[in-house]
Amino acid sequence: MASASLNADEILARQALTPGQVAWKRFRRHRMALVGIWILVGLMLYVTLGAFFFTEADANLVDLRQKISAPSNGHPFGTDMAGRDILARTIYGGQISIIIGVLAVVVSVTVGVLIGATAGYFGGIIDSLLMRFTEAVFNIPQLFLLIVLAKFFASQTPNFTFLGRTYSGSVVIIVGVIGLTSWMYLARIVRSSFLSLKEREFVTAARATGARDASIIFEHILPSAMAPIIVTATLEVANAILSEAYISFLGMGVQPPTATWGNMLNEAYNQLEVAPWMWFFPGTLILLIVLAINFVGDGLRDALDPQSLAGAQE
Amino acid sequence: MTRYIVRRLLQAVPLLIIITALLFILTANLGDPLAAFGGERRRLQPADRARLERQLGLDRPLVEQYVIWLVGNDWMKIDLDGDGVADSYGTRKGVLRGDFGNSFQERRPAIEVIGERIWNTLLLMVASEIIVIVLAVLVGTFSALHQYSFWDNLITTLSFIGYSMPIFWLALMLIYLFGVNFQRWGLPSLPTVGMYDLSVGPTVGQIALHMILPLTALSVVSLAAYSRYVRSQMLEVIHQDYIRTAYAKGLPERNVLREHALKNAALPLVTIVGLDLPLLLGGTVVTEAIFGWPGMGRLFWKASNAGDIPVTMGILLIIAVLVVVFQLITDIVYTYFDPRIRYE
Repeated sequence: MASASLNADEILARQALTPGQVAWKRFRRHRMALVGIWILVGLMLYVTLGAFFFTEADANLVDLRQKISAPSNGHPFGTDMAGRDILARTIYGGQISIIIGVLAVVVSVTVGVLIGATAGYFGGIIDSLLMRFTEAVFNIPQLFLLIVLAKFFASQTPNFTFLGRTYSGSVVIIVGVIGLTSWMYLARIVRSSFLSLKEREFVTAARATGARDASIIFEHILPSAMAPIIVTATLEVANAILSEAYISFLGMGVQPPTATWGNMLNEAYNQLEVAPWMWFFPGTLILLIVLAINFVGDGLRDALDPQSLAGAQE
Repeated sequence: MTRYIVRRLLQAVPLLIIITALLFILTANLGDPLAAFGGERRRLQPADRARLERQLGLDRPLVEQYVIWLVGNDWMKIDLDGDGVADSYGTRKGVLRGDFGNSFQERRPAIEVIGERIWNTLLLMVASEIIVIVLAVLVGTFSALHQYSFWDNLITTLSFIGYSMPIFWLALMLIYLFGVNFQRWGLPSLPTVGMYDLSVGPTVGQIALHMILPLTALSVVSLAAYSRYVRSQMLEVIHQDYIRTAYAKGLPERNVLREHALKNAALPLVTIVGLDLPLLLGGTVVTEAIFGWPGMGRLFWKASNAGDIPVTMGILLIIAVLVVVFQLITDIVYTYFDPRIRYE
């Protein structure tokens, strides 16, 4: 037998892999996920290092003599309606788009975990009430809910300054709105993990030692339910960036002066035929980042959550 | 089965009440609903504004407004002239009796405004679903049968890209390529806006021609997701014992695939299609906005922007009912495909 020829050292060396290493090994086997990582790194460098070449003032510099000019040496990506440089705007817009995507997921994970964990852990009437509510929100198409919520909160939020830069107040609103319309799927996953995990011995043991409910939920059960949460949250970032783009494209998202990849497209839509560069660059960047995050999320699922349905079917 | 359906429908009632109550609170604050009444030349005088609010019931507490929206106010006396005495009966019948109220923008029944558009949206959606399901089954099956071949890898990569594709980006690309550039190059170009040429009229050919681009934009994302799904289902099914048995008893491959494998592989697709309805409806908003398709999604976008509460709420209610009903249909169709499942 092949295994008999392995000596003890080799077997020990095998067992020495930590769960993290095992996951990394599985992740590396997923070629698309590695490509995704590289695209993500590239995009991160683009929006961070790019800021050293262009100031935010460059990105917002209005020059009407230069308006709607095609890509050239001076403006590699061309200029928009107000003569602003598209390259500089994709850099600063990208920062906002990515920040919105990540923060929105923080909101949606917080809400989703709280609701899912409470429902799954306590069960009974709390569970059925929370799940009814979740189902109700789930039944409204997200984009419709986004539009209504964005309008609901849109009443003149003041601009604010953070780390020396001025942002449109709508950034905060969009983060909240996207977060509040995307937690339902996660809540269901967390609930079902909690339903099965709470019956396990380690939970009984924790309860026997007198741990409080909050401590059992967050310190004992939640760490065991992390894998699907991480995978879902990763994929959710892609969705959040897309949602921002959709809502901004429809003109109800982030408002000027703050640029995002989404609202750059909104301005470009009317210049569809004349100035394709206005929508081509921000649109392609959105496509790239969503694609890369989906690749990485898929790889993470294979690595962290091999029992999950989608992973097992491969 | 009948008992199951009845029970599900009864369960849907409280669900729809929660949904509409939530949405009612949200839509009540869409911005100034009376803005549509002013117009540019004549601003609303405060007295007119107060009178309009009374007539539309916008001055009442939100809970009361919701009840009126639901069951109408023709059974109770309301105070129209603002003297504090309820003197005349209301005119609204409430959505439960089919009265969605009057559109603030167009001053005619909201149900009429929505009714004109909903079929255009359904036309787009149904056509898209049919194309997507047929293609997804074909592509997914092909991919599964040639697992890890060049074509399979190409399809997998393309489906990942398609799945990540923002609809608006694809739509803009399609318009730019087939609408603008084809015209520029002197090739036959496709129409990019509206449902038909005003000079020709709404003939079948015109509508079909105008549907090509919006349909493509709407279908690509679902097609990518579904074909991947069919592929993984097919891969699972074709390694099952009963498929080997079917081959072993000498059935030709076509029969094995079509009658044995496909039925089980397509089953989960039914659920996915049913549950994806909200996603598809969201896609129609963007698609219709870009292609100027006179559908419900575009109407919703405009109405919510203008604070037109009756139309906005009407569309949301129709959508919520559609989604709930579709989930029920999905469950019923599931039993047809998989007789092992029984609903009590």
